[in-house]
Amino acid sequence: MNARERGPRVSAAAVIRHRLFWPAAVLVLLLLANVFFTPGFLSVELKDGHLYGSLIDIARFGAPLILVAIGMTLVIATGGIDLSVGSVVAISGALSCLWITGLEDQQSVTGVLTAVGVALGLALFLGLCNGVLVAGIGIQPIIATLILMVAGRGLAQLITDGQILTVNSAPYKLIGGGYWLTLPFGVLIVLAVLGITAFLTRRMALGLLIESVGGNAVASRLAGIRSRGLIVAVYAFCALCAGIAGLMISSNVSSADGNNAGLWIELDAILAVVIGGTSLAGGRFSLGGTVLGALVIQTLTTTIYSIGIPPETTLLFKALVVTAVCLLQSPAFREKALNRRRRRPQAAPASADPKVKVPA
Amino acid sequence: MDDAPAPILRMRGICKEFPGVRALGDVDFRLLPGEVHALMGENGAGKSTLIKVLTGVHAVDGGEITLDGSPVSFTGPLAAQQAGISTVYQEVNLCPNLSVAENILIGREPRRLGRIRWKEVRRRAAELLARLELDIDVSAPLSSCSLAVQQMVAIARAVDVSARVLILDEPTSSLDAGEVEQLFRVMRRLKAEGIAILFVSHFLDQIYEIADRMTILRDGRLVGEYLTSELGQVELVGKMIGKELKDLETLENAPKDIAAAERSRPFAEARALGRPGSVEPFTLTIHEGEVVGLAGLLGSGRTEVARLLFGADHATTGELSVGGAPVTLRTPRAATNHGIAFCSENRRAEGLIPDLTVRENIILALQAARGWARPIPRRTQDELVDKYVNALKIRPADPDRPVKNLSGGNQQKVLLARWLIVEPKLLILDEPTRGIDVGAKAEIQRLVAELSDGGMAVLFISAELEEVLRLSHKVGVLRDRRLVAELPNDDDLTTGVLMETIASGGRA
Repeated sequence: MNARERGPRVSAAAVIRHRLFWPAAVLVLLLLANVFFTPGFLSVELKDGHLYGSLIDIARFGAPLILVAIGMTLVIATGGIDLSVGSVVAISGALSCLWITGLEDQQSVTGVLTAVGVALGLALFLGLCNGVLVAGIGIQPIIATLILMVAGRGLAQLITDGQILTVNSAPYKLIGGGYWLTLPFGVLIVLAVLGITAFLTRRMALGLLIESVGGNAVASRLAGIRSRGLIVAVYAFCALCAGIAGLMISSNVSSADGNNAGLWIELDAILAVVIGGTSLAGGRFSLGGTVLGALVIQTLTTTIYSIGIPPETTLLFKALVVTAVCLLQSPAFREKALNRRRRRPQAAPASADPKVKVPA
Repeated sequence: MDDAPAPILRMRGICKEFPGVRALGDVDFRLLPGEVHALMGENGAGKSTLIKVLTGVHAVDGGEITLDGSPVSFTGPLAAQQAGISTVYQEVNLCPNLSVAENILIGREPRRLGRIRWKEVRRRAAELLARLELDIDVSAPLSSCSLAVQQMVAIARAVDVSARVLILDEPTSSLDAGEVEQLFRVMRRLKAEGIAILFVSHFLDQIYEIADRMTILRDGRLVGEYLTSELGQVELVGKMIGKELKDLETLENAPKDIAAAERSRPFAEARALGRPGSVEPFTLTIHEGEVVGLAGLLGSGRTEVARLLFGADHATTGELSVGGAPVTLRTPRAATNHGIAFCSENRRAEGLIPDLTVRENIILALQAARGWARPIPRRTQDELVDKYVNALKIRPADPDRPVKNLSGGNQQKVLLARWLIVEPKLLILDEPTRGIDVGAKAEIQRLVAELSDGGMAVLFISAELEEVLRLSHKVGVLRDRRLVAELPNDDDLTTGVLMETIASGGRA
């Protein structure tokens, strides 16, 4: 479908003004940088019925982050935030691994499914707790979820007894490390969750109600929206996403580490949401933007390794790029930067600041 | 005109324009030392703008301000404060977590070698409060004090910063009678010290009790300056609304079949419904197909009545029955389930979701009632939205534009459309025609008449008495948060009678 067929021609300016232009541009830029350093970067090949290549790796390793970020998007759209997702990732991985180590036969599919169900059930319950703290009791989201962020690590340690639990279960390995229909299974899970979320929010009316509550809570109440149940559901959904991500992470390495699994993933997820153009103040959200944002972050991590930036400076490099992306996205900043360039030739007018002289 | 002392503050020919609106046009104002001067006007008359211009929040577009004879132009509230003009707003702008003494002297603490001398802070604060004849523990945290005391502390702070001009912007709206008396004592004390006080309040009794002189604004223009003792309450209300009594008497009212409305089934009956601090218990019956008008000045409790009937606040006394059955409305959702709809007067804060589109804002209430799992099909959305965009002439007629980009009048129509598509049995309209052009206003009035003919009960709240009279079958009059009268809209009811009822509180 080219521009002419769509009737009104899509101008370059309209493309640049599109919400997702800047995150998409940065993603393309990062990929191009990789091609420059690693010539075969974009090639994808089929080996043993599986797709291989750097792009596939980005999608595979980025899958948990994308999942967490999808849940986070809805939470942020209601004007909240969920800091506890990292802990939920650790708890869900720990619980499922513990369950599997207790199985007589670790290869039993039913056993693994039960483990998955138990872990996700706990994640859902923890999310409900978050939601009740926020919407029922009225604690500020950042504080309410901070409780679980801190306590959750302890809970994960408790489950694993402070050890790293290792499992040897082929069915479990499939979740995060396996392939299905030539694609990594994790990527398929992400696609499914994304599809369901998009359906619920955009085909059903959930998205409208969430955006309304996040955009103006008082007016939404007066319009007859029951925001309490909505907010609880959103936190529960976010924790559920984190729980699935936790299964993926622990399954990929066939072990559960209560201490380090999902460490700082909440910050990456928030960052992905922001890069995707959803305002932290709540209101309008963009699932597509969030996925782009998460891919930018994952690509950045890959890039850091592939272009050989010294490991001790990776965090600094990451910070610089993320700052640049966020500034580029801000219309206020772009305008300021452009104006300054335009204005510089002329002498800046002395700031009009007449002191008021008042007789004593 | 008088032999009063030279004014301490004089504003001449003040003009202020906001995009698309002329907020102030050629307004003169003066303030004499040692007087309490009331600034009067209906909502939107330009009172706040005048105060903001005076205190440097907004720059003037024309005219000059002189303080003690020399022209001044403030760059901000701080500059105004340093020159001797302090403002105390309706909401107390202090830090509740700090002590009373800290709040009074914050930013100006007596120091020695960079260290704050706490003893001295407390001594000076106590001294200052004693000067105002207030007995307050200065080391107590401000949050432990009542709202009235917090207000006094704000005044003490303002007076200590600069003791020349004090602006009190609706300081009494959240105080009870005893607290108001306490505030007035302090004001009289300050007046005796020669401080000029500019006082804004919507309570007429208070104005007549405390003010020496008043300046009346209407639609951003100066109506005049009067001595309080020489202007009666009825004339004051007339000047605020912009109609002389005798003009009003001649306005004709469309005949209403009042008896028919009374004969139909009552839809909502409130018996002694009330909520302390919001509105005193009132009894009001709204019949099917009846338009009940609520008249009264802003702050008289009109909106509060509406909020109780809609469950936006819940009533602590009395009972409400809807359609003959007693109900308790704890949330707006409960009210919408009973077929009650409410268009808030504060469309920005309580009505629209600014980031959402016109379409989304219009379907919001209907969608909320259906629940998230039953989305309104796109075709139905288009039909409903198109119908009301055309019927109400919402411009621009682009349903996919964010509603925040629309003008105020069009935003109002969007809000109205939101509630019309749910087809309520009782529609509460709080100032639905404020800030919209004449054509749209007539359109909305016609619509209200049509809806009530179709059997819908309407509670119509408006500051414009003509409008209330034109539409209503009966009119409830509110004053000082009390429903003081319920008048059938027969041939004897005129805006003059309404104004007198508002002014006298139904006693005359």
